[in-house]
Amino acid sequence: MLKKLLVANRGEIAVRILRAAKDLGIATVAVYSDADRDSLHVQIADEAVHIGPPAAKKSYLNVAAILRAADEVGADAVHPGYGFLAENADFADACAAAGLTFVGPSGDAIRTMGDKVSARSAAHAAGVPVVPGSLGRVDLDQGRHVLMDTGFPVMIKAAAGGGGRGIRIASDLAEFEAAFPQAAAEALAAFGDGGLYMEKVIGRARHIEVQVLGDGTDAVHCFERECSLQRRRQKVWEEAPSQALSERVREELCSSAVRLARAVGYSGAGTVEYLYDDAADRFYFIEMNTRIQVEHPVTEMITGIDLVAEGLRIAGGEALRLRQRHIVVRGHAIEVRLNAEDPSRDFAPFPGTVTDLRVPGGPGVRFESMLYAGYTVPPFYDSLLAKLVVHAETREAAIMRLVRALKETRIDGLKTTKPLFLALADDPVVQAGDVHTRWLEGWLETHAVRLVPDLEP
Amino acid sequence: MAQLLSPLPGTFYRSSSPDKPPFKADGDAVAVGDVIGLVEVMKSFHEIKAELAGANIRFACDNEEPVMAGAVLAEVE
Repeated sequence: MLKKLLVANRGEIAVRILRAAKDLGIATVAVYSDADRDSLHVQIADEAVHIGPPAAKKSYLNVAAILRAADEVGADAVHPGYGFLAENADFADACAAAGLTFVGPSGDAIRTMGDKVSARSAAHAAGVPVVPGSLGRVDLDQGRHVLMDTGFPVMIKAAAGGGGRGIRIASDLAEFEAAFPQAAAEALAAFGDGGLYMEKVIGRARHIEVQVLGDGTDAVHCFERECSLQRRRQKVWEEAPSQALSERVREELCSSAVRLARAVGYSGAGTVEYLYDDAADRFYFIEMNTRIQVEHPVTEMITGIDLVAEGLRIAGGEALRLRQRHIVVRGHAIEVRLNAEDPSRDFAPFPGTVTDLRVPGGPGVRFESMLYAGYTVPPFYDSLLAKLVVHAETREAAIMRLVRALKETRIDGLKTTKPLFLALADDPVVQAGDVHTRWLEGWLETHAVRLVPDLEP
Repeated sequence: MAQLLSPLPGTFYRSSSPDKPPFKADGDAVAVGDVIGLVEVMKSFHEIKAELAGANIRFACDNEEPVMAGAVLAEVE
């Protein structure tokens, strides 16, 4: 078992990880920037080390400062959380070189999954369906042949791109011929790598992802989450299980994720992401996230597994304790992300001081947050204030409970995305679960103006 | 002397990206509406436009420096 864990993160996820470590009897260390001296993660950790100024690249992204802090306090392990250094293979390697246990997969596994083309190849090799397209990088001539598999429209993507950058869409051969060399030149200019690959455009699809746990040898899945409600590729509402899958497809989807995790020797908690095309009843691998995810609690609620604690046990050298047959789904869970943003004004950020706070409670309600009354939310980091997670026997009951818990919640002094979730919970399309990844943006065009947050003094 | 203030809290940037020249250099003249920098608030970037005109701008705030709302970014004559 790990003895002393340094959490290289901040905000709600730092609090979440510190709690899991304490529950396992592991000593805990927080790190903080100048902007986070008064943060909850600093208050609840056994020790805290200052690592630099507010700018993330000088503090939470500063590998040297974090390794120095670990050395100073005698930590034997580092948990990266999500964001910041979580999917940085060089950081994982640097921890290992410094004699620290990195809580997560090896640097090599992060590297394989971090490169879009090598991840696609690894998935294909593991028998995981990938979006029809090229298996690796292609030139224009090879690309013309790939069109037979993809048809039009087709995406031309930069191998070194990501997060929606470096993508061009061609809807016929003439556009393809013109766009391909332009895309290569742009990729070279933007990423220093002109390599391109191709994927069929999947029109209307759901985002469904599978939670996996691996110990480097064996792996299990903890079923799927559906995160189709997205704005600018950011998830806002996540739930489990997905209403869209038949039992047969669920089994195929989840076992394909386990195959991929085993194939790359995956260690820790990870997520394999897919697009699911309802009309064709087919799923396609998009990417693997080699870290704990923001929305992990919905899986915890339906399976009763503490994913963060399991990740710490595995990092401490234990073999996977869970057998697949023991992991079962009970009920339905929904998470919404309460952000410091004004949904009626294009989600403009709204940092400030929490003047008063009412945290929702009762059966089936979980509130993951670093907020307390009097806390000032700094403007330097992301806008996530709290994750409200509800669990109930059915999806309908979970939505009712979500509304009840949202109405109990008061985060005075800040504008938040709470009105968005009250409106979504009341929408017949959401209630029917009849959504896809581009549904929310269309809905916001007509509904956003009415989502005005109450700003309590 | 007149002051140009930050309307937002966040991180102040003097250019649109690290490899671009600053929007304004010390000594430049400034017209109303000229962009003098960016403030990053919770990962979103907001252009800071001069609300008054002046000569010989002097920045009071460095590139990548954290600022509070109302902080003096620069002064003009």
